[in-house]
Amino acid sequence: MTLVAFGNETLGYGAETVLTGVSFALTPGDRVVLLGRSGAGKSTLLSACYDRLITAGHRVALAPQDHALVPQLCVLRNVLMGRLDDHSALSNLRSLIRPRQADRHDIDQTLQMIDLGNQIDQRVDSLSGGQKQRTALARALYRGGAVLIADEPVSAVDETQADALLSLMADRFQTSVLALHDVGQARRFATRLVGLAAGRIAFDAAPSEVTDEMIGTLYAQ
Amino acid sequence: MRSERRIPSLWVITGFLALGLIATGFADFSLAGHDPWQALARMGAGFLRPDFSAVDDIGRALLMTVAFAICGVAVGATAGLILSPFYYAKPIRFFCISVRSVHELFWALMLMQGLGIGPLTGVLAIALPYTGIFAKVFAEHLDETDPRPARVLPPRVDALSRFLFARAPLAMGSMWSYTLYRLECGLRSSAVLGFIGLPTLGFQLDSFFKQGNYGAASAVLICYVALIASIRIWMRLKLALLWLVGAITVLSLQSAPPMGQGALWRFLTSDIIPAPIRNDRGLPALWDWLTNLTMDQILPGLWNTIIVGQIALVLMGALAFVGFGLPIRRVTGRIGSTLGYGLLVVLRSLPEYMLAYLFLQIFGPSMLPAVLALSLHNGAIIAHLLSRDAAVLPLRADAPHGITLWGWEFAPRLTGTFLALCLYRWEIVLRETAVMGLLGIATLGFFVDAAIAELRVDRALILLVACAAMTATVDIASTRLRRATRTRHTTDIRKSAC
Repeated sequence: MTLVAFGNETLGYGAETVLTGVSFALTPGDRVVLLGRSGAGKSTLLSACYDRLITAGHRVALAPQDHALVPQLCVLRNVLMGRLDDHSALSNLRSLIRPRQADRHDIDQTLQMIDLGNQIDQRVDSLSGGQKQRTALARALYRGGAVLIADEPVSAVDETQADALLSLMADRFQTSVLALHDVGQARRFATRLVGLAAGRIAFDAAPSEVTDEMIGTLYAQ
Repeated sequence: MRSERRIPSLWVITGFLALGLIATGFADFSLAGHDPWQALARMGAGFLRPDFSAVDDIGRALLMTVAFAICGVAVGATAGLILSPFYYAKPIRFFCISVRSVHELFWALMLMQGLGIGPLTGVLAIALPYTGIFAKVFAEHLDETDPRPARVLPPRVDALSRFLFARAPLAMGSMWSYTLYRLECGLRSSAVLGFIGLPTLGFQLDSFFKQGNYGAASAVLICYVALIASIRIWMRLKLALLWLVGAITVLSLQSAPPMGQGALWRFLTSDIIPAPIRNDRGLPALWDWLTNLTMDQILPGLWNTIIVGQIALVLMGALAFVGFGLPIRRVTGRIGSTLGYGLLVVLRSLPEYMLAYLFLQIFGPSMLPAVLALSLHNGAIIAHLLSRDAAVLPLRADAPHGITLWGWEFAPRLTGTFLALCLYRWEIVLRETAVMGLLGIATLGFFVDAAIAELRVDRALILLVACAAMTATVDIASTRLRRATRTRHTTDIRKSAC
């Protein structure tokens, strides 16, 4: 059973083509990491996966590279946004004015796990870069779902914390597609590594089958 | 993209100058037997000795002015906020443009016919036009917010939650600062409503003038300018609710003269229907009625409004262009810039209607008080905005001082901004010119006032429609000219809209 499949397709933004000849399938249990230089098309492939999963009716959690948080609201409310589609407009309005105790409790537990427990009532615009990144991640974790799509979700935190966050993502989501730039992290997390270069998929294989030379060519001039 | 030829700014400025010059040929600036020096001397003597002893009256007038302004702005902002997400729907936009093209004073005059001279009339007179303005500006604020948080929300989130969580919070800051700015406008509107009978500052000022009590009038003006200048100190987001509750309490304690039973119903279903229709006299009669109204009132009113407005516009531009150097220390020195700043604060705090009222006491009824008031108030606003832009212009270390700096650096660099601001205020100047008719100058407002005095509300309504059409036409012309001249502006131009 596949969740989403591309067969020799061309992907891009509007009229601009970024990737050509994309053949890629995602099956439950996959933990895919996209590797490649910036501009290689990782974000393009991620958003194409996201769109197609949504169209197919799957519940998807999303952590975009630019976080897309509402800076004027506190961490709690930003995280709550992950589940707005589970409630009616009226119930959401109530939560905006005063979040429910039960929701607060759930979110607090998630935040504790990623070391943001003390920031629950802090406005997002007063957070550091790493804290904002983890808030966006908390929103995706709180949302939950069949698949996690995350674009550089640990780029702004230190290495130990990054590993902890990645294993948390692996625990919470059966299937995930991530873009990472740290090859070590990618090897530890992934069940499949996908290399992107020159507008194409260069390789798509298990970490054990991907050599350092293969990865080296992705970043070579 | 369409490529249009750019019209040089200088052509536009020359065109307006020529129009203004031609208009002076038709203007009535006669002093009508008044001796301005004598009046000025009497008033000047009073104004130099402000008399705060009538503290009860002054305090009450100030309190009512603030209460009407806060309630009117609060209702307008709330309604505008509710309408803003739908602003781009045609019926909503049409409604907003219509309500904001009618001046607060005209709204008040009309509302009085149906609701009497109670607090509701005053609040609605401010709230209705402000709703239209708030809806437009808030819609723009929402457009300018970061769209990414809304995009990352789960699909199938309902529109209301989408708006409340991922749109509104992003625009809150700019909306609040705009509301605060609008409150300043509201304080001016509220004060001016006093001139047509509401218990605000204009009423108190008028009665002090009628008593010849210039000292007390001077005290009123000083308190008023201080009130507006200190608005950012006494009005805070955290205190807003408290102020609102206070304002509602003050207004609800007001006793209003009772209206006859069914007055509102009669106003809406009978009074505002054109007389020939109301009396079943058929379409030819309606045609005659409209023709007479157009020839005798609308056209002369429009003509005078345009004459006064165009002259005032030129004078406004001249004053603004020369005046924007005044508050800049590098141009006028430490003392000069402080005085210049103070002068601009006073002139832009006092609404043009109030200034026109003051000038009317000096010069008697002619177009002169209106032209002076309009050009001084609007000129001061543009000068203030230009000086703020000038203050952030990067200057080389060996840049000159004084008038050389103004002439060689600021004036050429800010001409584009200057023109944009003037074009933006064109509409506002004409709108205000029409309203000056209430003071007895024969612009459109004069005929509106006369129609209402004769209880011919149907005529007043048609006159107001004509007035709104004029404002809308000027607005379109101004937008086209701004586009054709490609005038850019660094100032947030919305902040000059009242």
